[in-house]
Amino acid sequence: MKNLWFHLMPYKDLPDDFRDEHPSVWVDIDAGLLDAKRVHEHYNEYLDELEYAGESGFDGVCCNEHHQNGYGLMPSPNLIASTLTRRTTKPAICVMGNSLALYNPPTRVAEEFAMLDCMSGGRLIAGFPVGTPMDTIFAYGQNPSKLRDRYYEAHDIVMKAWSEPDTFSFNGRFNQLRYVNVWPRPVQQPHPPVWIPGGGSVETWRWCAEMDYVYSYLSYFGYKAGAATMQGFWDEMDRLGKDRNPYRAGFLQFVAVGETEQEALELYREPAEYFYGRCLHVNPKWASPAGYQSEATIRGKVQSQVALAAQASRAGAGPKAGPMGAAREWKDILDLGYVIAGDPDQVAERIREVCINLNVGHLMLLCQFGNMSTELAKYNTRLYAEKVLPQITDLFDDEWEDRWWPKPLIERAVPRDLPVAAGG
Amino acid sequence: MAHERTLTVGGHPVRVLEDGQGVGVPAVFFAGIGGLPRWIPFLDHLAASRRVIAPSLPGFPGAADFRHLDSLLDWIVHAVETIEALDEHPVDLLGSSVGGALAAEVAALAGSLVNRLVLIAPFGVYDEADPAADIWAQVPGPDAIPNLVCSDPENWKTAWQLPEGAEAIDFQVMHSRAMEAAARLLFPFGDTGVVSRLHRVTHPTLLLRGDEDRVLPASYNDRFRAALPGEVRTATIEAAGHLAELDAPEATAREINAFLADQEFSRGEA
Repeated sequence: MKNLWFHLMPYKDLPDDFRDEHPSVWVDIDAGLLDAKRVHEHYNEYLDELEYAGESGFDGVCCNEHHQNGYGLMPSPNLIASTLTRRTTKPAICVMGNSLALYNPPTRVAEEFAMLDCMSGGRLIAGFPVGTPMDTIFAYGQNPSKLRDRYYEAHDIVMKAWSEPDTFSFNGRFNQLRYVNVWPRPVQQPHPPVWIPGGGSVETWRWCAEMDYVYSYLSYFGYKAGAATMQGFWDEMDRLGKDRNPYRAGFLQFVAVGETEQEALELYREPAEYFYGRCLHVNPKWASPAGYQSEATIRGKVQSQVALAAQASRAGAGPKAGPMGAAREWKDILDLGYVIAGDPDQVAERIREVCINLNVGHLMLLCQFGNMSTELAKYNTRLYAEKVLPQITDLFDDEWEDRWWPKPLIERAVPRDLPVAAGG
Repeated sequence: MAHERTLTVGGHPVRVLEDGQGVGVPAVFFAGIGGLPRWIPFLDHLAASRRVIAPSLPGFPGAADFRHLDSLLDWIVHAVETIEALDEHPVDLLGSSVGGALAAEVAALAGSLVNRLVLIAPFGVYDEADPAADIWAQVPGPDAIPNLVCSDPENWKTAWQLPEGAEAIDFQVMHSRAMEAAARLLFPFGDTGVVSRLHRVTHPTLLLRGDEDRVLPASYNDRFRAALPGEVRTATIEAAGHLAELDAPEATAREINAFLADQEFSRGEA
């Protein structure tokens, strides 16, 4: 299996009363809360952490795109990825990803991803999310009724721009481009592996199957809440006659590793409660503009909500059990499986169980979350890399091939040392 | 009891509800946001003295197809062809809210199809200094839209009551489709640029709005008023929200009936 180290890059100084005094962490977050000097420190620490993870045994490092967001300081993930091409040498660089409909023209994505693939010598994983409503509809003003069609059209342009040998014209519904001929082209041919971060929509599962892309379920609510979605994905793959190769899937999981369980429970409580309490404080008015979800998804959701409600009432579960009624207390965060915490053996055992049960070959791990210090993030990362990863890394490899992993150049250029400046 | 039939406009089925009798020009109603899940009392009050025809706008209940419409021009052509397909023009064209935006465009660009024009809180303009509500950023829940578009949310809920034998999920999808259609046409501001075309609307026009409209400020109707070159009557409906025809069906119909019957108004004699 593959272990990828994922950074969200949260702002660490959201105040204690953030939930009560501020409407939302996203879209209309109060700019008065932001100290650019702190962001300067954050970026440098966060890049240190990504580089550290990339050189300490993780198979890949991930960044992603959010806009006007207090827990995601990466409106441009490609900027982050570009520095990683220079300061890491081994890991896959997984940009998770570029929200295709937001780029005008979408050939911009074909160009920048090709640059990243060339700069890194073929280490890029190209993520193509539709993007959340907060990012796409409200921060970037896309029409919710046209977003998906624009997304699919942009995808077609990017893939054609990478694969078509000659200059071509694209006369689309939303894009008219007379001369498409991107320079450079990706190192990886015919194109870098494509991963699709998605929610639980059947259309996305089918599309991933049809295009032979990886489906990644990026939920902040862990393996328990994610199990039903992954079950739905695999059921759909069965229906479509696709194999159960676990590398068809990616999954996000928070982890918190200590030398002992007790240490883990003590060290990671504060950053976890910061993340679930403050970073996920999103005004629900941004959550579901009409048109963002397809009619089929609405039908599926209403029906599954009915099913869930029935299930919950049978089980006598409280409202906190649902993924949208996110827990904020450490005990609940642990009980509900949002964060897997423990000593290295406990974490390894649980991770192995999760990957087998959810049948996931690409595990994306959040080792830094909330206001976690860079020292603790590196400690978590080191313990995972040294003591957890070796226990699980062989999973699936005797049976399945990862056809969705980058194929870098064997001989790759590396940065030269900086010349020592005279007189410093 | 209203009759129902289906027209084909641009290859897409459009439900038409109609009722009433009269020898004069028929009134055609383009519904407001959400559309017409059923025939409503407002239309009965109009139909007491004339024929009233309510073709569904794209995406609204009765016309599921709308995702082929990309540009404003696509929407306007569809609206024009709807009136043409009814084959009874010129008509008195009534439009509320979203339907008001399209009714104004039909009058501006295919003026010969229209006799008199009635606009109830029409979308079409936006003012950063006096912003409209963001109908697409509402806390989800059964009361969000009713509270926003009606002064008494029960009036919306009555119109949207599940008919006997209907599936709740179908009704929910119909509602969400109607809200999406409005977004497709009007997101994010509702500004269609119609003001630059209103000089072409020389028809006698009635501009209405509910005094408790929580979606569009009063100044938006003033903008229409200022840009319309012909004779314009304005009125405010008391105790009515954005969809005045749902909150105050009788009072709204009374204003319209009086305007349509008033011989003082005639086109081109302003």
